[in-house]
Amino acid sequence: MEIKVTVNGTAHSLDVPDNTLLVDVLRERLGLTGTHVGCDTSQCGACVVHMDGSAVKSCTVLAGQADGAEVTTIEGIGRPDDLHPMQAAFRENHALQCGFCTPGMIMSAIDMVQKSDGALDEQAVRDGLEGNLCRCTGYHNIVKAVLSAQDSM
Amino acid sequence: MATETGIGASVKRKEDARFITGAGRYTDDVGQHGQTYAVFARSPYARARLNSLDTAPALATEGVVAVFTGADLQAGGVGDLPCGWMVKSKDGSDMIQPPHPPLAVANVNYVGEPYAIVIGETLDAARNGAEALDADFEELTAVVDLASAAEADQIHETAPNNQAYDWELGDKAATDAAFAEAHHVTSIDIVNNRLIPNAIEPRAALGEYNEASGDYTLHTTSQNPHLERLVLAAFVNIAPEARLRVISPDVGGGFGSKIFVYAEETAVIWAAGQIRRPVKWRAERSESFLADAHGRDHVTRAELALADDGRFLGLRVKTKANMGAYLSTFASSVPTYLYGTLLAGQYKTPAIYVEVQSLFTNTAPVDAYRGAGRPEATYVVERIVETAAREMGIDPAELRRRNFIEPGDFPYDTPVALTYDTGDYEASLSRALEHADYAGFEARKAASEQAGRKRGIGFSCYIEACGLAPSQVAISLGAGVGLFEVGEVRVDVTGSVTVVTGSHSHGQSHETTFAQIISDKLGVPFENVTVLHGDTGRSDYALGTYGSRSLAVGGSAIIKATDKIIAKGKRIAAHMLEADEDAVEFEDGSFNVADSNQSLTFAEVAFSAYVPQNYPLEDLEPGLSEKAFYDPPNFTYPAGAHICEVEIDPDTGVVNIERFVAVDDFGHVINPMIVEGQVHGGLAQGIGQALLEHGVYDESGQLISGSYMDYTMPRADDLPSFTVDTTVTPCTHNPLGVKGCGEAGAIGSTAAVMNAVTDALGVKDVPMPATPETVWRAMRNGGN
Repeated sequence: MEIKVTVNGTAHSLDVPDNTLLVDVLRERLGLTGTHVGCDTSQCGACVVHMDGSAVKSCTVLAGQADGAEVTTIEGIGRPDDLHPMQAAFRENHALQCGFCTPGMIMSAIDMVQKSDGALDEQAVRDGLEGNLCRCTGYHNIVKAVLSAQDSM
Repeated sequence: MATETGIGASVKRKEDARFITGAGRYTDDVGQHGQTYAVFARSPYARARLNSLDTAPALATEGVVAVFTGADLQAGGVGDLPCGWMVKSKDGSDMIQPPHPPLAVANVNYVGEPYAIVIGETLDAARNGAEALDADFEELTAVVDLASAAEADQIHETAPNNQAYDWELGDKAATDAAFAEAHHVTSIDIVNNRLIPNAIEPRAALGEYNEASGDYTLHTTSQNPHLERLVLAAFVNIAPEARLRVISPDVGGGFGSKIFVYAEETAVIWAAGQIRRPVKWRAERSESFLADAHGRDHVTRAELALADDGRFLGLRVKTKANMGAYLSTFASSVPTYLYGTLLAGQYKTPAIYVEVQSLFTNTAPVDAYRGAGRPEATYVVERIVETAAREMGIDPAELRRRNFIEPGDFPYDTPVALTYDTGDYEASLSRALEHADYAGFEARKAASEQAGRKRGIGFSCYIEACGLAPSQVAISLGAGVGLFEVGEVRVDVTGSVTVVTGSHSHGQSHETTFAQIISDKLGVPFENVTVLHGDTGRSDYALGTYGSRSLAVGGSAIIKATDKIIAKGKRIAAHMLEADEDAVEFEDGSFNVADSNQSLTFAEVAFSAYVPQNYPLEDLEPGLSEKAFYDPPNFTYPAGAHICEVEIDPDTGVVNIERFVAVDDFGHVINPMIVEGQVHGGLAQGIGQALLEHGVYDESGQLISGSYMDYTMPRADDLPSFTVDTTVTPCTHNPLGVKGCGEAGAIGSTAAVMNAVTDALGVKDVPMPATPETVWRAMRNGGN
């Protein structure tokens, strides 16, 4: 099938098999390997991207469902010399170690803060990150990072 | 040189820029033109004979490039996967190491054991081909239960009673004598639950064969690429080491599970040579559950003999350790030299005797997982000490204090073969008690009771042994490899520095920590130091990362190389300044002549080494690049005190961690921010073991906790924020005075949580994980 999808502001027209997942379009077709695959049950959240302004697990979205959508990946939110406040907060608070869950974690966290009324507390952040697994940090510094980014976003 | 980027500073990480922008490069992000995709056919049975395997239907599947079976690998000369540590039984006999072909040939011995590799033009084609394989299995009765495995059907022809070895350590007679004079004996029967490591990056491999040169390149998710290369060269017979390059690029967590040499990358690199095309494989998470080496899985009976004043007189421990179906790369060492040797804990127990029977079962191989033996030892010691305190009516902190090895006792020889170099256990316990507000606990408990909830507090004063060492002792005890590390410091022409380390970072932050050391020692700006790792083509033979060794061993090698740089720099500077070599000092990045104002910067000396005009070429080689191998004279001994306070809802059995305090002694700390992060992560895994995680097989050997839907990983809402602090007694035998921090959280915390849970419930034991159901039942049954 043919899909039209805008990724990080660039429009793409792609011919893909019907059973193609959005994550495979991003990684294999567009070379955007910052979006990761960590599980096969939509549990780990390493593949979270934004589709039309909402966080989605791109391992659970068919490419066809993204037809006509605006997709933003970790590569599209900031550069090393112009970081998104959430990226900066992760660095500042040592909220990452191996880095594998980080892109999905950052994309989920941005969505959480954007959809909140700016009054997230620790418990709300912990609840909001329930769909993202991290095996390195024990979440302690991730929670700190999200709370601090809330103030700078 | 104390600076914002030197030793002791919480410098932000060099690694982060790429990871937070999606520019990390993990194995699955690496691709090659013309690459094929591999899928493994895996046993659906825990134990079966493979009567026949017809590959024709798979080969006939559209897009399938090749299929190789276990028999094909054997015919191609591929060797078995070895276990790298020869443990001997009590009677002096060698452990039994059953053949472990990378792909099963005639028998399968756990669910998920691979028996064929199917290679396709696309991943879907490979999957379809694997589905089409026609395998005729004859299912046999599986051996699943560890406690009864010795009496069950024999799995391997060469292993009677399913026993790998029956090992002992310590003085049995002295220990028995201690029990004969005991005022009180505390006994516990405990199970250390099986865990599944679950680094969030699944294992992956990309194998390439260069037809023109005959060389192989393997990208893989390994914590120690040189070990991978050594095994693939010397045991599996892929190619001589010089013809095989192993690259571990960014690796998404390891926790021990990526130390080992597995079937999959072995088959991938061999197959790449057969089909003359790159072969790519990435594990599905369900494959990670089935076929990554699991951790822990002990059944133990322990007894502690005490005098009337609470002094420990003797400790007797009998453990059955599950090896799974085969001996994984370091499996044999985990429940022996990394477990029995730690049973003295922080205490002056004069007599200790431990027996460990390691048994095969039809489950995934079990090997090192964060802490590796030391969490199991800590769990035994700290559970039995806490239980003894309760039985004798002595405050658990006080009982520990009465038995601590004291600062004046070091170096201290334990009865289980280790010599602790230094420590101050009272200091870490006291600090932890303050952070935990132990004095206020009874009031909080009363408040909880008022609210209809049960509150408990638990301690764990752990010790661990890191930076496994020294090589000669370990090799005499059966280790198949040395335990040194290599470090190379290459000063560039303009004075920037490239460090090549044999340590591998998969979250540990070596690029930052090692750059801090160099910046501090050489006075080179932090941003002008680059750390390279993870590539056998870049560094000399190295041992990689495991056992919290990177800073204590890898960092020491870098320091040794740095010392050589400074020594050579002094000779160059002496020549340039026409001074006596002994008069040249190096400080804050300058070579100075004592009692003069003559001085050269580090960069000036470096430049002279590479553009040797004013240079003693007749006496000294040009260039400024030095390498060192460091073999540690002893383990390091991080230790600390963890205190957990829980509140339990008696209606639901839900355990809530109200506070968790960890005070650890890691010796000197290079980057406190990074060290705290390491502790946080370890705590999460230790708490996960206590409350959430459990690798469970049913009686037929099916893994029933085989996905994130069934295996409870700690999530953000399962954990509290932690209180983390450090005390410092510097390691006495390495140049940085450092001990290692990677595993402590996972080693100390589990016992603290379970001591708190059992304290809250007023029961002797609750099996791990203490899920709401388990706790609810324990409340009704009075525990066990």
